Amino acid sequence: MSPAKPMPASAQQAPEPDMAPPSVNMAASGEPNLAAESATKISATDLNFHYGSFQALHGISMKIFENRVTACIGPSGCGKSTFLRTLNRMNETVRHSRVEGEILLDGQNLHSFEVSEVRRRVGMVFQRSNPFPKSIFDNVAYGLRINGVPGGGSPSRGELRDAVEHSLRRAALWDEVKDKLHQSAYSLSGGQQQRLCIARALAVNPEVLLLDEPCSALDPIATTKIEDLIFHLKSSCTIVIVTHNMQQAARVADYTGFFLLGRLIEFDETPLIFKNPAQKETEDYVTGRFG
Amino acid sequence: MAASTTVASNTPRPALPARSVWRRILSGDSLAYSVTFAAAAMILLVTGILVWELYSNSQASRAKFGWNFLFTSTWDPVADQFGALPFIYGTVVTSALALCIGIPLGVGAAIFLAELAPPRISDALTFLIELLAAVPSVIYGLLGIFVLVPILRQVEPAIRAVLGWTPLFQGPFYGVSLFAAGVVLAVMIIPFIISISREVILAVPSDQREAALALGATRWESTWDVVVPYARNGIMGSIFLALARSLGETMAVTMVIGNDPKIKASLFAPGYSIAAVVANEFTEATGDMYISALIELGLVLFALTIVINGLARLLVARRNMA
Repeated sequence: MSPAKPMPASAQQAPEPDMAPPSVNMAASGEPNLAAESATKISATDLNFHYGSFQALHGISMKIFENRVTACIGPSGCGKSTFLRTLNRMNETVRHSRVEGEILLDGQNLHSFEVSEVRRRVGMVFQRSNPFPKSIFDNVAYGLRINGVPGGGSPSRGELRDAVEHSLRRAALWDEVKDKLHQSAYSLSGGQQQRLCIARALAVNPEVLLLDEPCSALDPIATTKIEDLIFHLKSSCTIVIVTHNMQQAARVADYTGFFLLGRLIEFDETPLIFKNPAQKETEDYVTGRFG
Repeated sequence: MAASTTVASNTPRPALPARSVWRRILSGDSLAYSVTFAAAAMILLVTGILVWELYSNSQASRAKFGWNFLFTSTWDPVADQFGALPFIYGTVVTSALALCIGIPLGVGAAIFLAELAPPRISDALTFLIELLAAVPSVIYGLLGIFVLVPILRQVEPAIRAVLGWTPLFQGPFYGVSLFAAGVVLAVMIIPFIISISREVILAVPSDQREAALALGATRWESTWDVVVPYARNGIMGSIFLALARSLGETMAVTMVIGNDPKIKASLFAPGYSIAAVVANEFTEATGDMYISALIELGLVLFALTIVINGLARLLVARRNMA
């Protein structure tokens, strides 16, 4: 968990250019080479996002591949969280916000769906764990109670119990909480609370799971658990993770996008981004020169 | 940064002189402790004096009637016979009615203002509501007499048509009544419930709303399932405050309740409340027993407020544990 160290070679590189505004999207074609292996789950094209008069995203085009982990990295305020929150239309809750461009989920425009359906299919886990002030069981069961079961109607007690157990197992939390399902969610530790939030999101069987800096408030051991979890989940779920921690992106992600000042500077397979980035800004960032 | 600042910060600065004794007292913890303690002690002192004065000055009445004071209905100053039951009944019934009307309207409006209304409308309405909370109660009393009672006379047949089969809405209706008092009290407590509940709902962290929305909840589901339960204790607090105000409300109630110390099941009948009878009769009370009985009524009101509030709190505490 050591922070990024500048590589000696790059540290010697002579005079650092002034931080010019990054070139617009030169490499951000959104088409990494290995894409053929996996279907496109979400595809964003020319995405602009405005908070009032402030434009937070500039022409983002990016593809999220099915059953892969895609990481968004970049310095604070670069728009990576904003991008994540457009993928489940969570940004619509912000007043005076405006989105332009196109996002397709399985080839269909995200805005052609009912918003609650989008959010059920594209689940989200937040930076700070935010369990409801209810029991562990009720936290996980909430999504099922409001969304009903596949057959329609509200879930029976047995269905709820099975689904809650299944979700807690998927979130690798079952063994720790199975004897205290009816205690308050606040009795859990920070890392457990975050895995509870993941279980809560998994309970409604999302096809995509958005993770917004899920480990930023956690200690290294809890972080490792979440990363293991991400690794196991990707067989059943497409995952997009925003992270400040570049090592984390390198460890868990198949693809990585580097954001800077609201633009997607570079998007490619993770090893390429970290070992052989095409853009100067990306190299500066992943080598710890700034950010 | 310039090198000179580095040098300057490395040279040791002379040690600060010790604070003088006087300065230490003025800026010290002990002074702050004593002053704030004195302020807090005032609360105990005032409550103590209040209870003691009510208790000692009602000595004659307590000695004569004992516990029967609470359970008899005769209020006859000429014969020196005093019983508090009609007043207790009127106080409790009007407050209960006020809560029945006020809680749904108040909490509903608070939810609208905090969660659903555009901020500009919410702020404007909240300003009005805080204005309403500051209106003197005698104004509400006038409003009750000149506006509400005529309106109630108009809608009374409709109420009777729907609810007339219950014992609560029978007998003649003259306007001034337990019902009118309850409605006026509701109008008075609603601003309290709205403005406190709104603050509490606004204070619910937005990540709670987002967590629900991210699971596919609608705006209303996130409000009702998540935000309101999170704010429940604060909303309960606003209701306790409203209850305390309605139990003790004097002026507005005495103007519309009818001031008739009888116990009738019908809300259409006139009644009387503890605060109203004390205010109306204290200046005219002649005779030590009369005055003593009125003071004992004050003691009863004090106890009633404590008991009802305590029960309500107990209820909430037990639900929280479950």
